[in-house]
Amino acid sequence: MSITTGYRVQGTGNKNVVSASVATDSKLRHSGGAVAEDRIVLENVSKFYGEVLGVNRVNLSIPPGVTGLVGPNGSGKTTLMNLMTGLIHPTEGRVTVLGISPTRPEELFRRVGYCTQFDSFPKGVTGFSFVYNTLRLHGLDDRESVRLAHEALERVGMTEPALRRVAGYSKGMRQRIRLAQAICHHPTVLILDEPLNGLDPMARAESLELFQALGREGLHVIISSHILHELDKMSDQVVLMSSGYVVAEGQIHAVRTEVKEHPMQILIRCSDPNLLASRVFAQDHVVEAKLNEDGKGVLVRTRDADAFYLLLNQLVVKEKLSLETVAPADDDVNSVYQYLIGSENKTI
Amino acid sequence: MTRLARLRTTLAEQPWELWTRQIAAILRMDLRKNFLSRRGIWIYLLAFAPVVIITLHAIIDRRSGSMREDTEVLAGIFQFFYLRLGIFFGCLGIFTWLFRGEIIEKSLHYYFLAPVKREVLLMGKFVGGLLTSVTLFGLGVFASFAMMYLRFGDAAQYYVFNGPGMGQLLAYLGITVLACIGFGSVFLALSLLFKNPIIPAILVLGWETFTPVLPSIVQHFSITYYLKQLCPVSIPGEGFLALFTVVSQPVGTVAAVLGPIVLAALVLLLACKLVRKLEISYVAE
Repeated sequence: MSITTGYRVQGTGNKNVVSASVATDSKLRHSGGAVAEDRIVLENVSKFYGEVLGVNRVNLSIPPGVTGLVGPNGSGKTTLMNLMTGLIHPTEGRVTVLGISPTRPEELFRRVGYCTQFDSFPKGVTGFSFVYNTLRLHGLDDRESVRLAHEALERVGMTEPALRRVAGYSKGMRQRIRLAQAICHHPTVLILDEPLNGLDPMARAESLELFQALGREGLHVIISSHILHELDKMSDQVVLMSSGYVVAEGQIHAVRTEVKEHPMQILIRCSDPNLLASRVFAQDHVVEAKLNEDGKGVLVRTRDADAFYLLLNQLVVKEKLSLETVAPADDDVNSVYQYLIGSENKTI
Repeated sequence: MTRLARLRTTLAEQPWELWTRQIAAILRMDLRKNFLSRRGIWIYLLAFAPVVIITLHAIIDRRSGSMREDTEVLAGIFQFFYLRLGIFFGCLGIFTWLFRGEIIEKSLHYYFLAPVKREVLLMGKFVGGLLTSVTLFGLGVFASFAMMYLRFGDAAQYYVFNGPGMGQLLAYLGITVLACIGFGSVFLALSLLFKNPIIPAILVLGWETFTPVLPSIVQHFSITYYLKQLCPVSIPGEGFLALFTVVSQPVGTVAAVLGPIVLAALVLLLACKLVRKLEISYVAE
């Protein structure tokens, strides 16, 4: 999976937002090309609900793997997912999923599974019949539908209550049964809108494991969640959204690197933190070097992480420093979210 | 290759078997909902209320009245009640609910998330509505017919099997099917066009009622214009009632049968275009 990173400044109406793009290569934007056959591509996509903005001028080219969709309520995450699956149509622009237009559901949903946020079910269905009916809609025969339904129910841990009516399920069970419906036909693209909502810690951990496993199998897993640290653990790349605009996208480290106005924080635990602090503080790109309270580490804030790592290597050789750990302290989704969006939206 | 040959090739290339299986899956889900939903009770009432009234009439007036009189009464019930009200409002309830009901119950997206062509989904739902309405109103008409003649014993048996009775019954049932096809397609399309299809439905009722006073070319766009002509027993209509019975510009039987089918096909084509553009936006409902 190759990801090119570049800058772009997008106008959001009232301010400009720096964005690190996953794909600036124009070749990626041609859905007819070989690359686009393997990607989810949105080209200059806008969606307005009357006068209300859903998303505006979105350009994305999402490669396989787990992609986290992050943003506050109303930022356009669900709109983006609904656009990818044809539940709504773009006001402007074009969407293709693995080269297929969402206006062709008969082709699209052979390869795509979508677990929506809509917590509603057809009246009177049991967990099993809900998944089974979906498979019959795919055109599968009874035997194959039963087999795949059982397989999906087992995968989400819903075998036992499958014959009970969905109306009597807990929120977490309903969430899992929707997940079973989304994966029952073995899709190559799985789109999950807040799939961890309502799940207990055990079910959440199991679901995360499942999503990661699916990502490793080469699937596209697009997942939106408010739980940033969990998203951080499993996402290969993220798309940050705010007020209908894509604020940043790409591998989280690449995105973090682009956020220049917030110096990178790096925590170093070593044999002589005082010496390290004094040496690094002399550098122009280092804006802060703070000793840990326990006296065994230094938190460095630098505008140029690469230059800092180079300096650290030199110091290790020259001053014979013994390093215990070197870890970025704000190279995660949560920090990037706070830097890019958090100042506007304190809660997500 | 001629245009006809190309069309034949295109049709042969379509995945008819898959579509049939998908329509069967839609029917499996929809028929239960259509027949067993609590909100459909009033449709049962519309279909079977005349049966109850006719049964009471047969019990109370068992020693009076003639078969000829009752044949006219049955024709009146069919033309004034079933055709104008029962089937019309029954189809309104059944067909507008096919998509609108799913939107209100927030379950339409499950159909949209399956690899089903929107047109196939529409046809599946239409066939489901048609089977429901034809079953309910067909049974209602059949039961009305049976209860009307049952009390006449051997004379009725002779009338049905050796006289015009069987032909009349088949005509009533045929008209019921055509009415369900025609009204069903219109209400299905209206439900895709309007969030609240009741007001447009009232306009359709007005249109169906008053087209006889409009120019004959306009009358061809009315479903009851064709169906009236197929009714096996004519009812003398005077004054306002003539609106419901008199056909000013009659067409042949074949044209009267094909008319509602062609109209329904055109309306369903429009509905196919509408359903392709339909978006899931439950919040706006």
